[in-house]
Amino acid sequence: MTTALPTAVDVAARAVDVWKVYGSGEAQVVALHGVSVELERGRFTAIMGPSGSGKSTLMHCLAGLDTVTRGEVFVGDTRVSGLGDRALTDLRRDKVGFIFQQFNLLPTLTAEENILLPLSIAGRKPDRQWFDTVVDTVGLRDRLRHRPTQLSGGQQQRVACARALVARPEVIFADEPTGNLDSRSGAEVLSFLRSSVREYGQTIVMVTHDAGAASYADRVIFLADGRIVDELREPTSEAVLERLKRLDVTSAEAAAAGSGAV
Amino acid sequence: MLRATLKSLLSRKLRLLLSGLAVVLAVMFVSGAFVLSDTLGRTFDSLFTNVYSYTDIQVTAKPKVTGPGQDGAPANIPADMVSRVAADPGVAKATGAVLAEGARAVGHNGKKLGGAPGAPRYGASWHGEDQLISLREGRGPRADDEVAIDAGVATLGNFRVGDQIGVLTLEPKKTFTVVGVFGYAGGRDSIGGEQTVAFTEPVAQRLMLGAPNVYNVIDVTVTDKKDLTKVRDALRADLGPAYQVDTGADLAKKQADQVKKALSFVTYVLLGFAAVALLVGVFLILNTFSIIVAQRTQELALLRAMGASRGQVIRSVLLEASLIGVVSWLVGLALGVGIGAAGAFALAKLSGGLTAAGVGVPPAAWIVSFVVGIGVTIAAALMPAVQAARVPPIAAMRQASASDRPLTRLTVAGGVLLAGGGSALVFGLSGKAHGNTIGWVVGGVFATFIAVALLTPLLGRPVVSLLGRLFAWSVPGQLGRRNSARNPRRTAITAAAMMISIALVTGISTIFASVSDSITKLVNEQIQADLIIAGQQTGPIPPAIDPAALRQVRGLPTVDSVAAEAYDMGMADGRQLFVGAFDDQAAAARILKLKAKDGRLDRLGAGEILVDDATASKRHWTVGASVSVQLSRGDARTFRVVGIFTGNANPGGGGILVPWRDAASGFRAATPTQAFIKLRSGANVTATKGQIDRILRDSPEVNVVTRSEWIGDATKVFDIVLTIVQVLLGVAMVIAVLGIVNTLVLSVLERTRELGMLRAIGLRRGQTMRMITVESVVISLFGSLLGIVVGAALGAAVVHALKDKGITELSLPWGLMVAYLVAGALVGVAAAVIPAIRAARLNVLAAIGYE
Repeated sequence: MTTALPTAVDVAARAVDVWKVYGSGEAQVVALHGVSVELERGRFTAIMGPSGSGKSTLMHCLAGLDTVTRGEVFVGDTRVSGLGDRALTDLRRDKVGFIFQQFNLLPTLTAEENILLPLSIAGRKPDRQWFDTVVDTVGLRDRLRHRPTQLSGGQQQRVACARALVARPEVIFADEPTGNLDSRSGAEVLSFLRSSVREYGQTIVMVTHDAGAASYADRVIFLADGRIVDELREPTSEAVLERLKRLDVTSAEAAAAGSGAV
Repeated sequence: MLRATLKSLLSRKLRLLLSGLAVVLAVMFVSGAFVLSDTLGRTFDSLFTNVYSYTDIQVTAKPKVTGPGQDGAPANIPADMVSRVAADPGVAKATGAVLAEGARAVGHNGKKLGGAPGAPRYGASWHGEDQLISLREGRGPRADDEVAIDAGVATLGNFRVGDQIGVLTLEPKKTFTVVGVFGYAGGRDSIGGEQTVAFTEPVAQRLMLGAPNVYNVIDVTVTDKKDLTKVRDALRADLGPAYQVDTGADLAKKQADQVKKALSFVTYVLLGFAAVALLVGVFLILNTFSIIVAQRTQELALLRAMGASRGQVIRSVLLEASLIGVVSWLVGLALGVGIGAAGAFALAKLSGGLTAAGVGVPPAAWIVSFVVGIGVTIAAALMPAVQAARVPPIAAMRQASASDRPLTRLTVAGGVLLAGGGSALVFGLSGKAHGNTIGWVVGGVFATFIAVALLTPLLGRPVVSLLGRLFAWSVPGQLGRRNSARNPRRTAITAAAMMISIALVTGISTIFASVSDSITKLVNEQIQADLIIAGQQTGPIPPAIDPAALRQVRGLPTVDSVAAEAYDMGMADGRQLFVGAFDDQAAAARILKLKAKDGRLDRLGAGEILVDDATASKRHWTVGASVSVQLSRGDARTFRVVGIFTGNANPGGGGILVPWRDAASGFRAATPTQAFIKLRSGANVTATKGQIDRILRDSPEVNVVTRSEWIGDATKVFDIVLTIVQVLLGVAMVIAVLGIVNTLVLSVLERTRELGMLRAIGLRRGQTMRMITVESVVISLFGSLLGIVVGAALGAAVVHALKDKGITELSLPWGLMVAYLVAGALVGVAAAVIPAIRAARLNVLAAIGYE
C-alpha cells in the first residue's frame, strides 16, 4: 500500500495480502500465500502458472466467486471480502463479467438472448448501439437467432465474449477462454479480447497456461505455489515460455527440497 | 454386474425412495383392502356364530318378493305350522317366534334413537330367558302396553324399568312401559350393536308382522345334535319349497356373507385408491428409470464397451427395479396391515357392540400385493431397460447428449389408442355391451388416459409455451418456462400423473353436477309441491308419517291438497318392480304433474293400476292389460292397467301405482312415507312449514322441507361420493408431487453447470428459486389443464350417453375445475420447494466446474 502509484481510478481490481487456505491440520493446503496485486483499468492482464499454482483460485477470489481466508479484495472501490451472498451476486451482476472455458451458454436461449442475459437478469435496458458494436466486433451479426447447439465452438465462445462485454463490467474474468478451442478460433477470440481492451478500454483478466494466449495480454503475472513470482510487461510468446521454463525448474527444485525435508 | 447395479442403486437413494413411494401406497391400499375385509369377515363370522350358537334349526317362510337387489321380508308363518314342525321326527321342541326388523325406539327427546348406522332394530316376541338371553332388571312383558328392551337400547336412550318408551313399528308411534332390561350371554348389551324391543307375542305379531296368530320364525330344538342335518333335510322335505330350513351354522354363514357383501364397498374403495395410485405410480417409475438410464448413458456404454451384453444391461436395470419393488412391497404390506387393522377396529367401534377379530394377513393379501408391487415396478421399468440396452458402446466416448428423438411414433400410437379407447367408451355407454358395460367403460377410460399420456409430449410444446407466457414477465420466469419445454417427454410423463388424477375427479364431478342439475330441473318442472314431508330411509322399513298427523295437515287452512305416498317392492311376471301408492291419486296426478301417455291417471278404482311409461314398454303392458302382482303380504293380486304415465320426477319413481287399499293390506309397512303438499296461492310457506313441523312431533323419522331443501337432500349422496373421490385425488396428487419433485431434482442435477453460470453472472438465490418454481408450476398446470379437459370430455361423453336415462343437462363444474387448477398450481409450488432450495444452495464454483 506504500506504492503511491495507482489512484483508485486506475485500478479495476486489487488483492491485498490475500491468503486462501483449504482444509485444516494435516490436510491443510495453502493455495494463496499473501498475494497482493493490482489490476490496472483498461489493461489486459494474464495470470499464468503451472497447475496448482493458485492462479484460478486468485481469479475466483478477485471475482467474488470464492471467499478469501485472510486479506482483502476490491473490485473498483467495492470491498469484496466480507460481502454476503446477495451483495456478492449483485457485484458479479453489475461489475464483473465472466468468460468460461466451457462457454456455458444456455441452450434454451438464442445467441442474442444469451448475450443479453446478464442485463435481463439485472433488469437493465441494453444500450442498443453498444450491443451492435459488440456484436459486430465478435462478428455474430448473422448468428443472433441461432441456438448454441447450432453454433461452432468458436462461435459459442464469441457469444460468451459478447455476453461478458455487453454489460460493460468493471472487469471481465476469463478462465482459460481458449482451452476448448482450436488454435484459429482461439486466436480470433483473443483478438477480440485484446481489441476490446485497446479500443473500448475494457479491463480483462485472463487465466491461462498457454504462452501463446498470454502473449495477447499487456501484462503477464506469474504465480507459483500461491505466490506471485514474476511479472512481464508487453510479453511475447517466447518471453513467456522462457519465464515459464524457469518457473518449472524453480518449482521442481522447491518440490524436491520439500520432499527432502520430510 | 450385480455389484455395479447395487452400487448405482445406493447412490440414488432419494430418487428411488420417491419412486418407490407410489408403489408403497398402491401396495398399502391393496393389502389394506384384503386385511380389512378378512378381519371384518372373521369378525362377522364370529358374531353370527355367537348369535346362532344356541340355535339348532330355524324355519322361516321364503319371502314373497325376491329380487336381484334385496329380498323382501320373510313371509309370515301360520301358527298351526308350529305343531306340524314339532311333530316331525327328531324334533324335540318347536317354538314359534317373532323377530323382525323395523321396531324403532324413540328416545326421551322425541327423536328416533341413534346408534350404529345401518344396525338392525328388531322387534321380537318375548319368550322368557334362555341360554342366550337373560334379564338384568325387571321382568318380561305381560300386558299389551309393556316391553322389555335390551341393555344396549337402555343405555343408549337412558331408559330404566318403569320409563315410558315410544316405538315405531309397522304402525305409527305407540307408547309402552319398560318393564324389563335384558342382556346376552357373555355379559353383552347387544350381540353386535343391534337394538331389540321385546313385546308380548300378540303385540309383536300385530306390530311387527301385521297379522294375528302368525310367526316369522320357528325355532327347532333337535333331540340329538348328531342328527342335525338329517332333521334339517327331513324338515325341508316335509315343509316344501315355500319354507326355508337352516341349521344355526347355515344361518351364521348366510348372514355373515350378507354383511360381508354389504361391506365390500369399503374394499372396493380401497382397491380404487390402489388402482389410481398404481396408474399414477407407473408413470412415476417409468419417468425415474428413463431418467436414470439417460443419466447413465456413458456408464452403460462403458459397460457395453467392456463386453456386457444387451441382456445383461436389461437385467441390471430390471434387477434395480425389482429391488425397489421388493422393498416397497414389504413397506407397503406393513402399512396395509396397519390400515386394515385400524379400519376394522374403527368399524367395530362405530357399530357399537362389535368385537373386532384379531388381525390376520390372508394369503391373498401377500400374493396380490406382491404381484402388484413388484410386477408393476418391473413392467414400468421394462421400457427404460430396453432403452438402456440400445445404448451403443461408442456412446462412452461421446459427450452424453439428450437427443430429441422425433415424437412421430408416440403420436401415432397415441392417436390409435385414443381412437380405440374412445370407441370402447362409446360402445360401452351405448348400452350394447350387455352386462359388460362397466368393463368397456373402464377399459375405454383407461385407454384414453394412456393415449392422452402418449400424446402429451406433442401437446406439451404449444401448451407449455402458452402457459409459460403467464410467467414470462420476469427473467427467472422466462428461464423456467423454457426449461419446462426443454424435454417434452419428461415433462409429459411428469404431467401425465397429474393429468390422470385431475381427469378422474373432473370427470366424476362433471357427471355428478349434470345428474344433480338434471334432477333439480326435472323436479322443479314437474313437482308442484311447496312443501314435502320426507325422511331418510335407514333400514328395511321406510320412514313413517303418522296418518293422524297427515289428517291434521290436510285440515290446515293454508293447505290446498296433499298426496301422501307409500312404497314397497313387488313382483310381477317373476321380476321385481317398484310399487307405489298415493292416498289421494287425483292430488298426486296434479301435484306431480303426471302426464297420461294413455288411459287416465286421476283416479284408481279397486283392481286398477297405473304403469310408468318405461316399465310399460319394457314389460309390454298396454292399457287394459291384466297384470298379476305379488306384494309383500298376502297372495298375488290381479290388476288391470288403466293408465300409462310419463314424467314422474319422484327420484324413487318408476314401476307401478296401486290403489291405496292394496298398499295398506299388501305393503310391508302401510304407513305413508312421504307426502307432497300443495299450498293455497298466497299462503305463507314458512309459517305453514312451522305449523306442519309441530304436527309432525310424533313422526320422528320425517321432516317437512321445502322443495329446494328436498332436492338438496336428494342430491346429497353425490356430495359424499364426490368427497371420497376428492380424497382419492389427494392420494394421486401426493404421487404426482413426487413425480414433479423427481423430475425437478434431476433437472437441477443435469443443469448444475448452467445454474453455476447463471449464479456467476448474477442470478440471485431468490431468482434461482423462482426459476425452478416456474418450471414446476408450468409442468403441474399443464397436467392439471390437460386433466380438466380430458376429464370434462370423458364426463360429457358419459352424460351424453345417459341422456335416455333422464340426464338431460350437461353441467360443467366450473367452480371445482378452477379449484382443481389452483390445486394443480399449488402442487407445482409445493413440489418445487426442495429442488429450488437445492438449486439455490449450489456452490457456484463447484457448479461451474461440474461435469
